[in-house]
Amino acid sequence: MREIVVISGKGGTGKTTVSAAFAHLAENKVICDLDVDAPDLHILLDPQARETHAFVSGHKVVIRREACLGCGKCASLCAFDAISLGDDGYAADPLRCEGCGVCAHLCPAHAVELTEEHCGDWYRSDTRFGPMVHALLFPGQENSGKLVSLLKAEARALARERGLDTILCDGSPGVGCPVIASLSGASLAVGVVEPTPSGRHDFLRVADLCRHFRVPLAVIINKADLNAREADAMAEECEKRGDVLLGRLPFDPVVTQAMVARKALTEFDNVVGNRLKDMWSALQKLNVRR
Amino acid sequence: MRVVIASGKGGAGKTCVTASLAAVWNRPLVAVDTDAEAPNLHLFLPPDVTEKKTAFLDVPNMDPEKCSRCEKCRDICAYKAIASFAGKITLFPDMCHGCGGCFAVCPTGALIHGRRELGSLEIGTVLGGSARFLMGRTRIGESMTPPLLRQQLRLLSDMLEACPADALIDSPPGVSCPAVTVAREADVILLALDPTPFGFHDFRLAHQAFLPLGRPVAAVINRAGADGNAEGDEAARRYCREQRVPVLAELPFERAAAEQYAAGRLLAELSPAWRQRFERLRDALIAFGAGRAAEETNHA
Repeated sequence: MREIVVISGKGGTGKTTVSAAFAHLAENKVICDLDVDAPDLHILLDPQARETHAFVSGHKVVIRREACLGCGKCASLCAFDAISLGDDGYAADPLRCEGCGVCAHLCPAHAVELTEEHCGDWYRSDTRFGPMVHALLFPGQENSGKLVSLLKAEARALARERGLDTILCDGSPGVGCPVIASLSGASLAVGVVEPTPSGRHDFLRVADLCRHFRVPLAVIINKADLNAREADAMAEECEKRGDVLLGRLPFDPVVTQAMVARKALTEFDNVVGNRLKDMWSALQKLNVRR
Repeated sequence: MRVVIASGKGGAGKTCVTASLAAVWNRPLVAVDTDAEAPNLHLFLPPDVTEKKTAFLDVPNMDPEKCSRCEKCRDICAYKAIASFAGKITLFPDMCHGCGGCFAVCPTGALIHGRRELGSLEIGTVLGGSARFLMGRTRIGESMTPPLLRQQLRLLSDMLEACPADALIDSPPGVSCPAVTVAREADVILLALDPTPFGFHDFRLAHQAFLPLGRPVAAVINRAGADGNAEGDEAARRYCREQRVPVLAELPFERAAAEQYAAGRLLAELSPAWRQRFERLRDALIAFGAGRAAEETNHA
């Protein structure tokens, strides 16, 4: 099975636009949206949920007032400054709590309870391009790395179940926990980058991350004509680093128009979509581990 | 006034807005980049860095001689950073969140304080020395961003205490741990709203996620008037009106603006009209912050 993960370092460079096009073009695949923090792929793919599952995670700390001795041990032990003394006694701030459970373990009165929380839902869905695994966290809920790992495991299971050999993932921006979870076990990362100072800076960081985890990287330079010189420099950089350059896309209003029409760019005739088709063909010829 | 410039979606214009606002700011200022996984503010406001600190997380090391193999450290660790193989305790420091539970339960003092590098914090000045600058940058391969951000925000508090100023804080994108860690420190949250279907969707997620923080939220609509997206613009305005999120500025979609950004230059320097947009946004933001502060005083 091959796993392709679309990433970018910097946000807003066109990950989801490229993912939607590849989701349209790929055969025998499961589509997976790993950008659980701000998922957008469903806007284009309009998935119909066949199964809905609760994502239960994290630990909500509840200090039972009737049992609390008021010793303050929990507050002094908490490395995240999540517990403080208020008018109603000691209480935990769920936005600061990291769920380590040290307070519950070491409370002399056993007054601290850890409860699991329903943080969101994840779905097995059908789309016009094939099966899709995706999730929606409730506003402000966290633990996205864990959810990314869960979605990947579910996508693999679904692929095995249906005898599909490709998993196509829309990743998240940055280089932190959700991105690292996305790259784990990936056959190939597709980096969508833009020729701007920010795009270059963040691309180099995510390229280093791919190297760190030994995931081969293929690069698409998006909005290449906004700064042709920088695009050339990035292409050179790819070559120097040994990354594959899949090609360049122009800055074109058709991208926003396709989004407004809820279409993948490859679903109608336009210059950006046609280039994406060429890139997808080129990608098939890469020798990636499975 | 600490203004956190945030967005649900990456690429909505956080850094662009922060950099140009900093350039037209007319009061003492610290420009802060907390988008530590992908920091970009320094590319638009080149800093004179005067100090660079490495940030560390306190993680356990083991003195095997002292270990009694009681496994209490493994039992308390919620992050699977401590395992026991055939009675031998093995540590995985990369998984550690630094909760300190293992140290608290070890009866023999076998755990020694070690450290894991989280990234760096850089301090300096920008804009010809007229504003101070603070930036966080995670180490490649480090999965945890919030511990670095907490250290950065403590440093910012020290800087503001030493010499009072406003802070314009470029936030991490999204709505999970890194973004919330920064947003809860805000006096005012300014959300960059890209009115495309993706941008609007993620903006609403961010607005819903930040509401419980109880901080005043305003918006700046970026790339308004893009060809074929009139409905998106209108939907964004309507949402803000209904949710009582004041729109402090609308920045128009222009290819020249995209090129200015791509060249690493400030939008405020593109033309007098663009400069004026940011001056107006600055004044609106200061008035919004002052108005909300006055309201809070009245309520108290």
